[in-house]
Amino acid sequence: MGKMRFLLPLAIFLIMAAFLVKGLFLNPREVPSPLIDKPAPSFSLVQLHEPERTLAREDLKGQVWLFNVWASWCVSCREEHPLLVELSRQGLVPIYGLNYKDKREDALGWLAQFGNPYTASVVDRDGRVGIDYGVYGVPETFVVDKNGVIRYKQIGPVTRDALDKKIIPLVKQLQQS
Amino acid sequence: MMRPAAMLLALSLAFGVASAKEAEPLAEDPAVEERLNRLAEEIRCLVCQNESLAGSRAELANDLRREIRNLIKSGKSDKEIIDYLVQRYGDFVLYRPPVKSTTYLLWGGPFLLLLGGGAALIVYLRRRGAQLKEAPLSDDQHARAARLLEEQGGERS
Repeated sequence: MGKMRFLLPLAIFLIMAAFLVKGLFLNPREVPSPLIDKPAPSFSLVQLHEPERTLAREDLKGQVWLFNVWASWCVSCREEHPLLVELSRQGLVPIYGLNYKDKREDALGWLAQFGNPYTASVVDRDGRVGIDYGVYGVPETFVVDKNGVIRYKQIGPVTRDALDKKIIPLVKQLQQS
Repeated sequence: MMRPAAMLLALSLAFGVASAKEAEPLAEDPAVEERLNRLAEEIRCLVCQNESLAGSRAELANDLRREIRNLIKSGKSDKEIIDYLVQRYGDFVLYRPPVKSTTYLLWGGPFLLLLGGGAALIVYLRRRGAQLKEAPLSDDQHARAARLLEEQGGERS
C-alpha cells in the first residue's frame, strides 16, 4: 500500500503526459473528412476551357479519378502543381480540377503559365460544390474509385511523400479492383 | 467660410461611402437572420478554428452563412441544417460534440474524475479520522494547562 501511494499518481501523470505528447503531434488543420467511403457528391458544372460544355460526376463513373480543388489565388496550389503536372504526364490516372471561387481569365492564365495537368477543370464560381465536398482549405485532392466513392482526401498540397506512399498505391489498387 | 463647408461635404461623402460598404450583409428578414446567428454561434469556422461561424469573416464562413440562410428560407429545421453541415465537414464543425460511443469519455471523463476524487477524499478522511486518537495528557501537562488557563483568566479580568 505504501508504494502504491507514490506509484499511482506517477502512473496517472504518465498517462496524461502520453496523451498530451500525442496531442502535440496532431495537426488540428487536418480535419478527418466524413466523406471518406461515401459517394462523391454529385455536380454538374461548366468546364473552364470550354464554357459551353458541362461535366457531371456521372460522366466520370467507371474509372478511378483524382479531383483536385485549386484556384489561381491559392498560394500552396503552386507548391503542389509541378507534382500534378508530372503525375498527368505519367498518364496513370486522370486528374479533374475544381476551379474554386476563381476568375475565369485568372484561372486560364495560371494554367497557361504553370502547365495544365487536368483532363478537364470545372468551374465552381460561388463555391457551392466546394461546400458539398467539405472543402475548407484549398488545395484539396480526392481519390474517387470506379463506383464514384471517395476513398481518400488529401488536405493541403499534395506532397511527393503523399503521392508515392498513399495516392499512387491507392490508385493502382483501385484500378485493379 | 467655403473651406470648412467643402471639407464637411467631403467628410459626409466619405462616411456615406463607408456606411454603404458596412451595410452589405443587410438583413432582409430579421427572423431568418436571428436564426442564422443562433445556429452560427454553434458552428466552428474551419478556416479560423477558434472562431464560430457567426464571428468569422473568412470567405468560407460567408459562403456557409449564405447556404444556411438559404436553407432557413427553404424551411429546413435546425436539425436538418446541422446535419447538412456535419455531413460535409464532420462533427468537428460542432462546438458541442454529439454524445456517442467515441465521445463517451469526453463527456463522462470529468464526472469520472470527480467521482474518483471524491472517493479518494472519503478514504483519506476516514483513515485520518481513525489515526487521530485522543492522546491522554500526563499529570504534568494537566497542571501546566491549568496554570496557563489561570494566567489568561487573570489577564483578562
